[in-house]
Amino acid sequence: MDLPRVTSADEARSDPVFHRALVELLYQVADDDLTLGQRGAEWLGLVPHIEEDVAFSSITQDMIGHALAIYELLAELGEGRADDLAYFRAPGAFRNAVLTERENGEGTYLDSPRFDWAYAVVRQYVYQRFKRLRLEALVRSRYEPLADLAEKMLREQFYHLYHWEVWMEQLTGRTAEAQRRLTAAWERVLADAPALASLGPREAEILASGVLPGPLAGPFRQALAEAARAFGLPATEAWTVPEPSGRDGRHSPALPPMLEHMAEVYRTAPSAAW
Amino acid sequence: MQQTDLESRVLSALDEVMDPEIRGLSLVDLGMVERVEVTDGRVRVELIPTYVGCPALGLMKADVEARVAAVPGVEAVTVEFLRKPLWTSDRITPRGRERLKSVGIAPPCGSGPAVHWTPECPYCGSTQVQRENVFGPTSCRSIFYCSACRNPFEAIKPV
Repeated sequence: MDLPRVTSADEARSDPVFHRALVELLYQVADDDLTLGQRGAEWLGLVPHIEEDVAFSSITQDMIGHALAIYELLAELGEGRADDLAYFRAPGAFRNAVLTERENGEGTYLDSPRFDWAYAVVRQYVYQRFKRLRLEALVRSRYEPLADLAEKMLREQFYHLYHWEVWMEQLTGRTAEAQRRLTAAWERVLADAPALASLGPREAEILASGVLPGPLAGPFRQALAEAARAFGLPATEAWTVPEPSGRDGRHSPALPPMLEHMAEVYRTAPSAAW
Repeated sequence: MQQTDLESRVLSALDEVMDPEIRGLSLVDLGMVERVEVTDGRVRVELIPTYVGCPALGLMKADVEARVAAVPGVEAVTVEFLRKPLWTSDRITPRGRERLKSVGIAPPCGSGPAVHWTPECPYCGSTQVQRENVFGPTSCRSIFYCSACRNPFEAIKPV
């Protein structure tokens, strides 16, 4: 691809085709981290041990920080204030993949949480594996502010992926119950995983514009096949993007109540400084 | 001459702005101050953020604004966070590394993120240490335990 790099928001805004593709991709990237970050936050105080609470909440904080940095790029591109993008948009405006919005398990963190730790581990592992691939690709994005940010995020995300790899290793081949739960979670997560690599209805524009230098589904499938071998899990055969995928704004019923809860405080007093 | 005086007063003021999460360590020690521009009493400070999502960045910015604005001769201050160059843990200065040790935090060792790294215990200097948690009280820190002096300590993650 020999298209010249786009170095600023002003330059991006002067090219409507590029701008539209860029904005679309940025919402996908930010909304994935925000929604899964929120699901991670719901685990606070409920994880298996205190050190995990420190680790998981730190990872979650980084994820929401990454989302914020992308919303700030969107703000520069004329999409509105970063906080409003996180807290005021309707569910139909969210572009996260359905995987990141699914409930943690039965109940809510406020009321009888019967969350599934195996699902938390596998979902985070698969998401972080995907995020690594996407960030590595975004380092070569045509939009320079995004490429710079991706490079910085990669260094932090190294520790996130590593953390969940350790959990996958720890749970693999231990007890029959651990393997059974891991396998069940893996199958659930894998049914949703193709949505992560989907680029939604503007896929062709996103790729042609050079905002994302190439499709992610191929390398992601390969990474999951390697993971299946390493952790003794069923191989990934079918690769069907779930319906709804989330990428076109249509979501599972899990998203609206989560967003409503997340934004409750902000919407009470949008002008307050926290 | 006047200009140079003001510039050096601004620089010493910046050296007094501490990391709100690690008292005793200044933004200069952290290697966060990339550039300071002084034009007729107007000061522009360019900072490099440490972690993308570090919640202390807003506080740091406000502290820099307040501290620099208080320097006699300064009429206006603008503080900007740059996207480039990247902050890496290598940017912590030699004085910053010493100051970290004095508050019980091991400075980073090695370059870039790594699965394994062995910091020296900030209390006794031993490398007989075990990592208890890659993550710690802030994004940039891990938790270790020293088998030699039997103290828990924190360490800056290499990034």
